[in-house]
Amino acid sequence: MAEPLIQLQGITKTFGEGPTAFQALKGVDLAIEAGAFLAVMGASGSGKSTTMNILGCLDVPTGGSYLFRGVQVEKLDRDQRAYLRRRYLGFVFQGFNLLARTTALENVELPLLYRGEHRRLRREMAMSALEQVGLDRWADHTPSELSGGQQQRVAIARAIVTKPDVLLADEPTGNLDSERSVEIMRLLQQLNAELGITVLMVTHEPEMASFAKTIVHFKDGLVERTEVAASTAMGA
Amino acid sequence: MLFTTLLLSLREIRRHILRSFLTTLGIIIGVAAVITMVTLGNGVSASVQDSISSLGNNTLAVFPGGGRGRGGSTPPPSFENADVLAIRQQVSGVRAVAPQSSSSALAVRNAQNWTASVTGTTNDYFDAQKLEFAGGRRFTDAEQSAGKSVCVIGDTIRANLFAGDDPVGERFRLGTVSCEVIGVLKKRDNAGFSDPNSTVLLPLKTVQRRFVGNQNVLAILVAVADGYEPSAVKQSLTGLLRERRHLSAGQPDNFDIFDTAEFAATVRNQTQQLTLFVAAIAAVSLLVGGIGIMNIMLVSVTERTREIGIRLAIGALGKEVLLQFLVEAIALSCLGGLIGVVFAFFASWGLATLADLPFTFDLSINLLSFAISALIGIVFGFFPARRAAALNPIDALRHE
Repeated sequence: MAEPLIQLQGITKTFGEGPTAFQALKGVDLAIEAGAFLAVMGASGSGKSTTMNILGCLDVPTGGSYLFRGVQVEKLDRDQRAYLRRRYLGFVFQGFNLLARTTALENVELPLLYRGEHRRLRREMAMSALEQVGLDRWADHTPSELSGGQQQRVAIARAIVTKPDVLLADEPTGNLDSERSVEIMRLLQQLNAELGITVLMVTHEPEMASFAKTIVHFKDGLVERTEVAASTAMGA
Repeated sequence: MLFTTLLLSLREIRRHILRSFLTTLGIIIGVAAVITMVTLGNGVSASVQDSISSLGNNTLAVFPGGGRGRGGSTPPPSFENADVLAIRQQVSGVRAVAPQSSSSALAVRNAQNWTASVTGTTNDYFDAQKLEFAGGRRFTDAEQSAGKSVCVIGDTIRANLFAGDDPVGERFRLGTVSCEVIGVLKKRDNAGFSDPNSTVLLPLKTVQRRFVGNQNVLAILVAVADGYEPSAVKQSLTGLLRERRHLSAGQPDNFDIFDTAEFAATVRNQTQQLTLFVAAIAAVSLLVGGIGIMNIMLVSVTERTREIGIRLAIGALGKEVLLQFLVEAIALSCLGGLIGVVFAFFASWGLATLADLPFTFDLSINLLSFAISALIGIVFGFFPARRAAALNPIDALRHE
């Protein structure tokens, strides 16, 4: 059997030092296969966001090991982790986090800019990413001219424009009404199914989690249980 | 990457056009002030040089006198005709030696009159002062030794007494003396201190006898020949005069030698120092401008913390963020510098025209000021840029 894409072993994370120190993760073990669609759930303070930050190479664990494509992430320095994010990871945030006064197209082009892609190729790839999220006709609009759902779709286009292995979504529907939320979830499902992108999503809404293939429940800094999602949401 | 960063920075500056302009105002004013001050200073310098060179370059003027001895028992003795002869024979590197005896008198012809300076001298005077003739001739030896009332007149005298007529051969009354015009000088621009245009030149003997009433030579003009150092000529001149005036080793000179080249150098030196001083004051505003840029960049880093977080999250390296903010600061200060250079061009041109000074475009001070404005961008942009680059992406993303 092939090695999993992501393997967390005994991950701990402590914030602060001395008596005020807070242990957010107490030994998380998690293996994620390529092509997975994982929803991470749990109460606030359960360690799900900290885990996502570590999975996204935005933060480093205090202890344990994190293997991503066979690379020991905890041993990488700041720049090496940036290269890893640039090459293999895409991010979608709750607050969209698009650059203001910057058109949708320019926002989507941004990761390619840091990759040093040529201008023409950048445009081409950004347009096709916008097409995939159904916003190619909105390319010249700035975030303030777009609805929340549209903004999140631009953010998803920005995340997938580099054709990443993994898409990390932190509460992607947190700022959206239920109808837009379902649209976004369908889009994530489609990207997972058609492009084979591994999707890792943090959510506290069970209806959204049910779009995933697997649901991981966190509690008190540990993985409480892992369940296979009910497929009923597919037909809903 | 650098080009893209530059484009991003310019875009960012354009988005906050008013704020960017206000930020760079300090740089604009600083650069413009420095360049304008230096350019105007150069203008003053050139104008003074121009006046001085009209005295005749490489000319030494010798006067009886001598600073410290003043107030003593006897006034310093004046020069004699024999001194002039001795200088011509014994001092090497001398092109012309002209004695001067001066007075002033009312020149009258028909109903016209004009107050003229009257100078008694020899033909060497024309050579020493490089005076050119519009018509007529110099003095003859006979005229000089007899002390005849013949004269060479300057252009102002000609215009006022003779209007359109040809003065050569005509007579007019100078004081109590009726004198014949034998030559007319060309008009000289940049008249300087002793204006040859309103001077009537007569043989030395004539002026001594009929105007001044003594045998004294008031001053001696010594023109230094090409290829000789005025300072060396001045030295041997001093030696000769001390000897002729019987001064022992301890006594001070009882004469002054006024070196136009030396004087020009002194004046040049002083105007340059003044220019430097004023430019230094102007440079303070450049410093203030730099601090303004740093403030705005620090505000910008705080304001754009989220943006920095996004950039870092999607894979920007710390040094790329640093470069972005650094380039932004440099672009701001360079733009300010550029506007300052353009502004300074018009300001110094306008002021020079207004003050009737020569305007010269000084490339080096323009380049220097611009380079300093770029340097300010680097120095004052670095601290905020480094702060941005050091942000933790998670904290930056959470920033509200």
